[in-house]
Amino acid sequence: MTKALITKVESVGMWTYQSIERVGFALRLFWDSFYWLIVGRRYKQKLRLRQVVEQIRVNGFDALPIVMALSFVVGMMLSIQLLYALSDFGAQSQVLLAIAKSVTREFSPLITGIIVAGRSGAAIAARIGSQVVSQEIDALKVIGIVPVRYLVLPPLLGLIVSMPLLVICADVLAIFGGAIFSVIDLNMSISAYMVESFNVLVVGDIMQGLVKSVVFGVIIVLVGATTGFHVTGGAEGVGKATTTAVVISISFIVLADMIASYFLTQ
Amino acid sequence: MSSAKNKQQPESKTVIEVNDLVTHYGQRKILDGVNLNIKKGEIRVIMGGSGSGKSTLLWHILGLYQPTRGQIKLLGNDIHTMSFNDQLKLKQDIGVSFQSGALFSSMTVGDNVALPLREFTDLDENTIRIISRMKLEVVNLGGFHKLMPSQLSGGMTKRAALARSIVLDPKLLFFDEPSAGLDPVVASEIDDLILSLRDTMGMSMVVVTHELDSAFKIADKITVLDKGKNLMTGTVEEINKSDNKRVMDLLQRRSRHDKLNPSEYLRRLTQENYTLS
Repeated sequence: MTKALITKVESVGMWTYQSIERVGFALRLFWDSFYWLIVGRRYKQKLRLRQVVEQIRVNGFDALPIVMALSFVVGMMLSIQLLYALSDFGAQSQVLLAIAKSVTREFSPLITGIIVAGRSGAAIAARIGSQVVSQEIDALKVIGIVPVRYLVLPPLLGLIVSMPLLVICADVLAIFGGAIFSVIDLNMSISAYMVESFNVLVVGDIMQGLVKSVVFGVIIVLVGATTGFHVTGGAEGVGKATTTAVVISISFIVLADMIASYFLTQ
Repeated sequence: MSSAKNKQQPESKTVIEVNDLVTHYGQRKILDGVNLNIKKGEIRVIMGGSGSGKSTLLWHILGLYQPTRGQIKLLGNDIHTMSFNDQLKLKQDIGVSFQSGALFSSMTVGDNVALPLREFTDLDENTIRIISRMKLEVVNLGGFHKLMPSQLSGGMTKRAALARSIVLDPKLLFFDEPSAGLDPVVASEIDDLILSLRDTMGMSMVVVTHELDSAFKIADKITVLDKGKNLMTGTVEEINKSDNKRVMDLLQRRSRHDKLNPSEYLRRLTQENYTLS
């Protein structure tokens, strides 16, 4: 009994220790990425712009169709729910304001973050994980290439650039999705609805979504890379890392969203 | 013995020096006071059974692992006390051919070979392309630059990795199991390549292998490791004439468990804190 208890306490302790170690590793990756961005040229570790552009294409542009489609659907869904709820108070006219504010401040960055975590977070973890397994990371080190500069910095910059752009597209499509369903009840044209939506928004609404999207992008890359660098156990380990990266990324995104919402709406 | 072996000067300067190297994985001691002294132009083969610590020794020499104790000097530089800039310069004098090849799977063979040139030289793209194709020709892979690593056979992967490792004309070349998993003909081709690189480019090489035929063909000197200890270092003739039991076991491919006392074996299996021997 006592032995079993000790084993349990030991495993909790080990899990806690590993979690803290991983968080530290992720923060170190973040620090190292910007360190090499700044001093890289001096040490022949310069950033290749082509790699960043490629990451913007793969993690940003390629995600555009699914982000737009889901944002459109979420906009429609919000419209259905809000019209139903607001009709109890005879306040259907407020649906436009509610959709515009909630989409730009909350739903667009969150949906985009979750989609990109599923696509790019998993891909980063799988890529780095398989490179660990096949000794490609060791090969980079002995060639003299700093792995963080070569493998982490390009997707980090790629997502810092592409996440806000994706969120802007998601904002437009979600508001458009809301318009499709709401215009009948509001007796407006779609173009008038769209113009009015952007009129009710202030810079702070848009900025809140954009700031969150950058934070989410950083979380996705750091979690994916940290999980990838810690892969053990061959192909099975890579598979586990991919799943873990997605689950942890989404958890951290939701947590960060809550914290950011609290501070940015003060 | 190859004619190249005669080229090695006895008074040549030391290019790789390992002093009293000790390392642990957890509680387990993997290397226990290993010493190496490798001269310029020498091919040193590190041999030993599985788990003897030969690959671990290689990773330590390359600076991929931190030892518990000991000193490693490459081309006269202590790799643990060098500045990052000096380490970077040193790495351009080092080439490594990994057991798996470790080619970057997202790049073509040509891009793999060209990577060190793109990263560390200011050469224009045309020159880089020509040099990388030349290196592929050296390893008999001319015309394969557009293939992806997944399209190569085991022997071709090792040769492509070798081309990448020599693209900056390094002074030191390291091989981890260069002929493992290859058929005898392809393995012999890799051995010939190693000898030809030393003869033509004057590189010093460390080859970790457990392939006896390969070791005897290419080695100037052989270091035999056993349980993390330096069992013996000598020429092929000296190793062959050795009366050390473990060296004889290795040469005659005898399992060390053959001579295990049955009661001792049973005691080890049944003890409470059973550990790897």
